[in-house]
Amino acid sequence: MMTPQIAVFLVLAAVTVAGAVSLILQRHPIHSALSLIVVMVALAGLYLLQGAEFVAAVQIIVYAGAIMVLFVFVIMLLNAGEEERTNVSRLARYVGVPLGIVFLVEVAYWIGRATAHLGSAPPEMVSTRDLSSLLFREYVFPFELTSFLILIALLGALVLARREDSD
Amino acid sequence: MNEFAAQHPLLVVVLPKVVILLFVLLTALAYLTWFERKVVAHIQSRWGPYRVGPHGLLQPLADGVKFLFKEDVTPAGADKFAYFLAPFLAMSLAITSIAVIPFGPKGLTIFGQPTPTGITNLNIGLLILFAITSMGVYGVALAGWSSNSKYPLLGGLRSSAQMISYELALTMSVVGVILMAGTFNLSEIVNSQQGFHWGFVPRWNLIGSPMPQILGFFLFFTAAVAETNRAPFDLAEAESELVAGFHTEYASFKFAMFFMAEYASMITVSCLATILFFGGWLSPLPQTALFAWSHYIPAAAFGIAGLALIAHGVRYITVFGRIVLPVMGAALFGLGVLFGLPAVIEFVQGPFWFLLKVGIFLFIYVWVRGTLPRFRYDQLMNFGWKLLLPLSILNVVITSLAIVLTQP
Repeated sequence: MMTPQIAVFLVLAAVTVAGAVSLILQRHPIHSALSLIVVMVALAGLYLLQGAEFVAAVQIIVYAGAIMVLFVFVIMLLNAGEEERTNVSRLARYVGVPLGIVFLVEVAYWIGRATAHLGSAPPEMVSTRDLSSLLFREYVFPFELTSFLILIALLGALVLARREDSD
Repeated sequence: MNEFAAQHPLLVVVLPKVVILLFVLLTALAYLTWFERKVVAHIQSRWGPYRVGPHGLLQPLADGVKFLFKEDVTPAGADKFAYFLAPFLAMSLAITSIAVIPFGPKGLTIFGQPTPTGITNLNIGLLILFAITSMGVYGVALAGWSSNSKYPLLGGLRSSAQMISYELALTMSVVGVILMAGTFNLSEIVNSQQGFHWGFVPRWNLIGSPMPQILGFFLFFTAAVAETNRAPFDLAEAESELVAGFHTEYASFKFAMFFMAEYASMITVSCLATILFFGGWLSPLPQTALFAWSHYIPAAAFGIAGLALIAHGVRYITVFGRIVLPVMGAALFGLGVLFGLPAVIEFVQGPFWFLLKVGIFLFIYVWVRGTLPRFRYDQLMNFGWKLLLPLSILNVVITSLAIVLTQP
């Protein structure tokens, strides 16, 4: 049964996968970054399809709008050129590729097994209010812990960047 | 027809709304350029466009035709894909954001299908707007980088740095409003501003309770002017330093698309300022029996404007103007009569006040451009990070304190 939800899901999933493949295959860093943006936006669409409207908007604001802008910015500033293709090393060809395929099959198997007996619940819109009361009442400790972690990373980056000034 | 509409709501209701809004928006964009040139000209004691049509009214049309027929050059060594993508991205994002703006209180009913005034009414309307705004940086950054030329690259870097910096203050400045309204839905934010202090001062968020958002509004508008890359924050296109900034290498219609994107963002930001701080479509006058005459304000305004235009038009200097201006005046007068009819009068109230407020904001935009000199780049960055951002955080803290203290 091809409901509109499934059709939209298939389109978004195809766009996500195509973007991810293009991210690896593109030779220019900017084109790779653009592909990653496509992946982020398509993922936001998938979240929206699941009824997580707040998460979808935040996905675009944070990932596509802030983090990827910094990526593009850095690539532009450094004026990174096209990458050069070399022949695949022997280790990668004989060990890496088979291992990668094994890993892919394994992940697909476990995901398939874990989700096989899940019923298909109709997507329900999760209100931002419910989400925030969950975040700030029940999970407030992990939430604050995460923000501290990010703060520490930020300070660390600042210290590393300023090291040259001190001497 | 009603059954057909019920089966295909997308085709019968949504699509015509999108087409009409797009048509109106693009016309408004074109005439916003005319409006800006006229106002800036009068600020500087000039006449502005005067030759093409009466009062230069056909100038946008002439400009559009000119853009279409210019040669479209792609610079040597440009990254073709990104060079083509950038103007499309800028323009489509700028135009998409108008879709979540509500223009009036009541839903329309088209062929028995209820539908909001405006394209859609989302629970996360405000977040969607910010998501689109945050994506807008790519148009500028990609255009600057892909042109393979030094001035566009510098302009693109400058304006993307500026847009990232001011986006923070822009988002933080509206948190006060969100806290007071308790929702991201733009229609509900407007509805939360209903009512009057002491019976006659509107409870718009600007002077709302428990915490007037005056500081929030000024932070929002300053950050928004910077976010749309307009004077006095238009360092991206500082002619004396960077030729024209990120779109130096663009010609023909691709240049026009950047131009239209800028004006579309101006309109969106003005709509947003109206909704968040100035009560959206709400009338500034109380809706009591004493002020019942206020429902005739739209009709009267259009009628008087029409009569004035006729009186002015018959004495215009060219024959063409003596024909066109009175006809336009008669059309405005006709609209005024239409807006006074009992069937229409209730519906026009909301959109009239909304568009009037948006028009005032657009005028302020142009006024600021005609008045203030451009910032220096380091001043701009200091202003954004060291003044606007801390103040907007302060506004959030004060507003949340006020809300907590006033709630029982």
